[in-house]
Amino acid sequence: MNLRALLLASAVSGALFSVGAQAADMTIGFSQIGSESGWRAAETTVSKAEAKKRNINFKIADAQQKQENQIKAIRSFVAQGVDAIFLAPVVATGWDSVLKEAQEAKIPVVLLDRDIDPAGKDLYLTAVTSDSVHEGKVAGEWLVKTAAGKPCNVVELQGTVGASVATNRKKGFEDGIAGASNVKIVRSQTGDFTRAKGKEVMESFIKAEGGGKNICAVYAHNDDMMVGAIQAMKEAGLKPGTEVLTVSIDAVPDIFKAMAAGEANATVELTPNMAGPAFDAIIAFKDKGTMPPKWIQTESKLYTQADNPMAVYESKKDLGY
Amino acid sequence: MALRLPRIGTSQIVALGLILVANWIVSPQFFDIRVQDGRLFGSLIDVFNRGAPVALLSIGMVLVIAMRGIDLSVGAVMAICGAIAASLADTHSLPVVLAAALGAGLLCGLWNGLLVAVLGIQPIVATLILMVAGRGIAQLITEGRIVTFTSPDLAFLGGGSVLGLPTPVVLTLGMMALTLALVRGTALGLMIEATGGNPRASALAGIGTRFITVGVYVWSGLCAALAGIVASADILGADANNAGLWLELDAILAVVIGGTSLFGGRFSIILAVVGAFIIQAMNTGILLSGFPPETNLVVKAVVVLTVLLAQSPRLGGHFAGIGVLFKRSKSGGKRS
Repeated sequence: MNLRALLLASAVSGALFSVGAQAADMTIGFSQIGSESGWRAAETTVSKAEAKKRNINFKIADAQQKQENQIKAIRSFVAQGVDAIFLAPVVATGWDSVLKEAQEAKIPVVLLDRDIDPAGKDLYLTAVTSDSVHEGKVAGEWLVKTAAGKPCNVVELQGTVGASVATNRKKGFEDGIAGASNVKIVRSQTGDFTRAKGKEVMESFIKAEGGGKNICAVYAHNDDMMVGAIQAMKEAGLKPGTEVLTVSIDAVPDIFKAMAAGEANATVELTPNMAGPAFDAIIAFKDKGTMPPKWIQTESKLYTQADNPMAVYESKKDLGY
Repeated sequence: MALRLPRIGTSQIVALGLILVANWIVSPQFFDIRVQDGRLFGSLIDVFNRGAPVALLSIGMVLVIAMRGIDLSVGAVMAICGAIAASLADTHSLPVVLAAALGAGLLCGLWNGLLVAVLGIQPIVATLILMVAGRGIAQLITEGRIVTFTSPDLAFLGGGSVLGLPTPVVLTLGMMALTLALVRGTALGLMIEATGGNPRASALAGIGTRFITVGVYVWSGLCAALAGIVASADILGADANNAGLWLELDAILAVVIGGTSLFGGRFSIILAVVGAFIIQAMNTGILLSGFPPETNLVVKAVVVLTVLLAQSPRLGGHFAGIGVLFKRSKSGGKRS
């Protein structure tokens, strides 16, 4: 009896263990770009938390914005014989030889947040990225819905000239408002993705548009510029969030503070959780051999004042943004 | 007799006037000024308010350049001091915050000064060290994130006003007056020009060139600290990645537009500040014009080129006939 019970128990626990064992034994190396922005820091924090949730042994190599460091990190991961490699590529080209080395060692590579040159398509398993055209579109569609047919002049704060994110978010927004003739962009300038420039550019927009009376909404390619623009509007005696609608992209903690104070209306999230879907794809691939799609698009979630912004702020403020 | 324009500075003041008129043409409300919440509000005010950080930097930079030096670290020093001010603002009183931030600027200047004057490292290399390392130090202070504060005392330095004028403008004018009093009210200015012109002869003549060299870098650090405090106070936070980024180049440009030679010697503090406002008037004009942002840098380059060509003594010779209007002497006039 006792022996049988013991055997049974050990068999059951053994079976349980082997199910979890796949993930628990898994070692994944992550070559992170570096700490170029608050979002990047949050991505690192969230990746660590997601790995812990799944009991994965997770190694992060910080490349300090240098491709050669990323290549070194990948080589060392291959030498260590990890189960998978995550790569947030700092540039789009120059990965062929090192990714071939990983492929020859039968180590799957998952790209996070950024894609590489299409020529290298068969050198990685899948890419988990956000679609920045889609982000802009979500913002545009929100504005069309909120303007509800009324004429609405929009001023746009662009990101750095030439940055692909800026180009895409501009294009997406234009797609989003394309069907609505009442919503049109009257002014568009670059705010270099920074608070200070966002504020300065907004100050000039306000003056150029009759003290802000002709502005119905502000669209900023990132939240930081919007935080600056909100200050400019307040200093000019305007009421952002009520008189002037605001919509921006990224969902950094400070925009939720502004939303909680009723000074901002909406933000589209660029989720820092790129690693979560990547872990799931790798686990399914290793356990069941499921081939993931070549591109896993992360959700571009829209947050408004109705989404309890203070609670979101609390949950995001310690992520390292 | 006829109206006589000052011998030096005419081209800068004419340039500033022309750019302001050009702004008025692209944006007819440019000169409209109203009072909003007790402070003056208008595009012209923006030019001076937004130009204040670079104007502050140029006050320090002009002295360094007059000594045949250069200070590339001012942008990074802005980031450091802004980060310190923002980090302390909510937990300490304003005097403590200011003392810490200005003290840090002073130390940065002292470091540069010692490298240049005592170790004899070329200024461009010596200050390059802090330019690179300084931004890293600022990022360490902020831990890579944007540190925000709510203290109204510090915010006043960026967004407040004194007698209707924005505080940054008042601080710039104050700093300019103080520097002018120190440099032109005493023999210090003469010693700086002499050292910049010929350091060896000046040393032999009994000028403490080493002490003065350290002094001008410290002053430049102090000006950069003040600019950093203003920049942080303006956005209610410290953005270590972007605060003061590339502003050292704008400050050098302001000094050069102001007619000070990079080879040292004669200098003008007032014209350097005018140079800073010329740059900002241009920036504000581009923003108001509604041109696509891709053209910003080209427009800026053309205007800068025109201003510098107008100052060129050789080109001035060719236009001597027209130049009668400006009464520019061929020797370049005397110092202001």
